[in-house]
Amino acid sequence: MLAFAIKRFFQSIIVLLVVGLVAFSMFNFVGDPVDSMLGQERTDADVERVRISLGLDKPFPVQYYKFLQGAVKGDFGISYRQGRPASEIIAERLPATLELAFVSAFLAIVFGVVLGIFTAIRRDGWLANTIMSLSLIGVSLPTFLIGILLIYLFSVELGWLPSFGRGDVVDLGWWKTGLLTKSGLLALILPSITLGLYQMTLIMRLVRSEMLEVLRQDYIRFARARGLKDKSIYFRHALKNTLVPVITVTGMQLGSIIAFAIITETVFQWPGVGLLFINSIRFVDIPVMAAYLMLISVMFVSINLIVDLLYFAIDPRLRVGKSGGAK
Amino acid sequence: MFSKLADNIQRAKKSDFMYAFRHSPVAMISFLVAFILILSAIIAPLIAPHNPFDPATLNLMNGFSAPMVPNQYTSEVFLLGTDDQGRDVFSTILYGMRISLFVGFAAVTFAMVLGVSLGLIAGYVGGWVDAIIMRIADVQLTFPGILVAMLIFGIAKGFTPIDQRDEMAIWVLIIAIGLSEWVQFARVVRGATLVEKNKEYVQAARLNGRRSGGIMLGHILPNVLGPVLVIATISLALAIIAEATLSFLGVGAPPTQPSLGTLIRIGQGYLFSGEWWILLFPALTLLMLALSVNLLGDWLRDVLNPKLR
Repeated sequence: MLAFAIKRFFQSIIVLLVVGLVAFSMFNFVGDPVDSMLGQERTDADVERVRISLGLDKPFPVQYYKFLQGAVKGDFGISYRQGRPASEIIAERLPATLELAFVSAFLAIVFGVVLGIFTAIRRDGWLANTIMSLSLIGVSLPTFLIGILLIYLFSVELGWLPSFGRGDVVDLGWWKTGLLTKSGLLALILPSITLGLYQMTLIMRLVRSEMLEVLRQDYIRFARARGLKDKSIYFRHALKNTLVPVITVTGMQLGSIIAFAIITETVFQWPGVGLLFINSIRFVDIPVMAAYLMLISVMFVSINLIVDLLYFAIDPRLRVGKSGGAK
Repeated sequence: MFSKLADNIQRAKKSDFMYAFRHSPVAMISFLVAFILILSAIIAPLIAPHNPFDPATLNLMNGFSAPMVPNQYTSEVFLLGTDDQGRDVFSTILYGMRISLFVGFAAVTFAMVLGVSLGLIAGYVGGWVDAIIMRIADVQLTFPGILVAMLIFGIAKGFTPIDQRDEMAIWVLIIAIGLSEWVQFARVVRGATLVEKNKEYVQAARLNGRRSGGIMLGHILPNVLGPVLVIATISLALAIIAEATLSFLGVGAPPTQPSLGTLIRIGQGYLFSGEWWILLFPALTLLMLALSVNLLGDWLRDVLNPKLR
């Protein structure tokens, strides 16, 4: 276990170093930082002075090391567009994205598991079949179209829910939350459904196929023979054994939820880091791009690491396989 | 020569593949829909009633005409209505689909060439070459494709001079989407190559003195093409959606070359004022295109490789 954990940990560090290299290269090769800092009228002496002050005269590995030092402290330089530190802007907008992502993940898990169980138990019922067909369309619909569709239905036609923004937020000092006001909660509904729908269908299909697999096993038939109630068979005997893959996939999907928030945030003009990232791409705002890239990589890599370790801890078969030297 | 061709057609008609195709309504309908859409995109200049990119044919008075309703000033009738600049929506969709499909096909071709070559090399050569290629693939797989594509697009945008950004945007888009999808090809081809390279026919070729490059391209490649075709089809659907998403977000096709995603982006602005057709028809087209290619890909996977199901 420990050896596996250490190995995975070092792999994660390597991934982060590679991403760091990409982010660092963006600074150095996309445009000339000296150019963007000095105006038209400059002397060669000026250029040389700025080059030295930025450390651009140092060899490549030294520069990279300096960049990593800054990155660890959260220092990615000043945003070209807003004139404030990139990390400060990101920190300001992160709560909005995290709230959206977690609410979406929560909805996806609850509805995904419930619908998955339902469609597995009533596998030939008309409602279950309708849900399955709808989920196929849901998977093929691009996220942004789902968002637009929901806006059209609930904001334009029915006028029930707001179509953009975050509503009123409550400032908790270090975290601005929209979860405590009515307008904040209302504003959260459409974006979180949009963002969570794909993951919900994914979890639903997974739970369904796992349940169908488990329900065929002998111990289920045996439980029936013992005269146990359906409810107890489905939830206490079957569901438990389907949860291992569900946990893994859900964990992995948390990363993509945060990434796909970029699309949802753009559709709903949600003031999170995703919208910030899209705008930074549009205006080639390198410091913000680099900071976002590093932030999201750290998130992805840690989520993957935790899921891997969790999987390893939950499923004893995996432990045997690893220590036996297979793969 | 001719008889041989006819022979091949006869053989193809009797193959399992055609049998499966003729017995799957889903596959036939998807193929038909995809075929019609792709064909109408190719011959767009012939069937489009207007050329939306020729300002001389546009009349601003025609702006915001509803579908099939005569315009109140010019009394012209448009099948699917017009947008804010008086462009016929049906024509912009046809031309937009050309760009979407061009980017999709080009990106998948690029991803396929890159992924298949790297997969072949990784599988056949092995050792540290294999380790490096597959580690890069692993790192990339950590991130969702759309994010990788966005990032490559952003970096490439920084490289290109400002006055050429619009012209280059389509190519940058192709490279970005292509680079975000090569991993699937590489992994599958590598796996298949590992199996194939120890078979007798490869050893025979080696004993005959064929060089590694020749063996990879002439002997192994034809035998790993089945799964590659499946992934290419599914990747095409993904690439079309990725392109639409990026263009919708404003980091894809430039306004001068609107793709389906750009049209949806434009249409979204008019949703609130009631001009629903500017959004709805491009969106439906995109949906039909993505869904038909997707279903075709799923079907291909089931037929060509039942093990993957």
